[in-house]
Amino acid sequence: MQEFICQTSANPSLFSAEGFVGLIFLVTIGLIVAGALVATCARRLVRSVAGLALCFTGVAGMYYFLLAPFVAMMQMLIYVGAVAILIAFAIMMATPEEGDLPGRRISALAGPLGFATGALLFAALTVLAIRTPWQVFPREGSADMKHIGTVLLTSHSMVFELISIVLLIAIIGALVLARRGRN
Amino acid sequence: MHLLNLYNCLNTYLVVGALLFGFGIYGLVSRRTIIGMLISSELVLAAASVNFMAFNRFTAPDPAVGQIFTLFIMAIAAAEAAIAVSIVIAVYRNYKSIDTEDIVDLHG
Repeated sequence: MQEFICQTSANPSLFSAEGFVGLIFLVTIGLIVAGALVATCARRLVRSVAGLALCFTGVAGMYYFLLAPFVAMMQMLIYVGAVAILIAFAIMMATPEEGDLPGRRISALAGPLGFATGALLFAALTVLAIRTPWQVFPREGSADMKHIGTVLLTSHSMVFELISIVLLIAIIGALVLARRGRN
Repeated sequence: MHLLNLYNCLNTYLVVGALLFGFGIYGLVSRRTIIGMLISSELVLAAASVNFMAFNRFTAPDPAVGQIFTLFIMAIAAAEAAIAVSIVIAVYRNYKSIDTEDIVDLHG
């Protein structure tokens, strides 16, 4: 029990409410894996962006399972609604006529070596996550929206202000970069 | 650990985060276009967010801090995506290509 931090160690049947929730969680994991697979392996970039949106939808579902519905909603709004659409716009504006780019990197080793690196990192992080005895602290605060807002604007208010400055600079920088060269 | 009880275990979320990170690194190395690499870097950021949220749910004392950190990661990712897309458009305007093999002017 020290190695596997589980809230309950029940064994629900498939037709109970808990079992159905577990089934939905497995579907969520399937969405994430399928989306990441399409996002990294699809030849055409449009399919890649669609896979990215699918993967982000699965991650939002996972946030819902982590008892954070507000962050799940923000994930849908910001990632699926803004970032994926922004990348789709970039593909529409900055892709050559033929659409897909056939062929691989000039170095033929980039694909296999990249796969080996990714698989090695995945295996190492998995072993690390399972072997480490994570220390559990007792709960102090609640996770409702009111408490999040209070913490965000009191103990993290400096970061909150800094992030707004970062976003402002990003907007101005994006405008300057994208407008340069246009006459 | 039963298959239908996976959503109550910390390790499930950590393994999913590691999987997203592995996919992101693989895509960063093997993709040939700048936009493909941008998509893969978004996967890496999503992996970091999943890890923060998992530890926030299972081990952290105050469950608001991890959510706030994830919101900050989202803001940084949105700013990064906007900057990267404008750089992609500027590169495309100058080179008529987003292939990383074509943007090699400084290559000796």
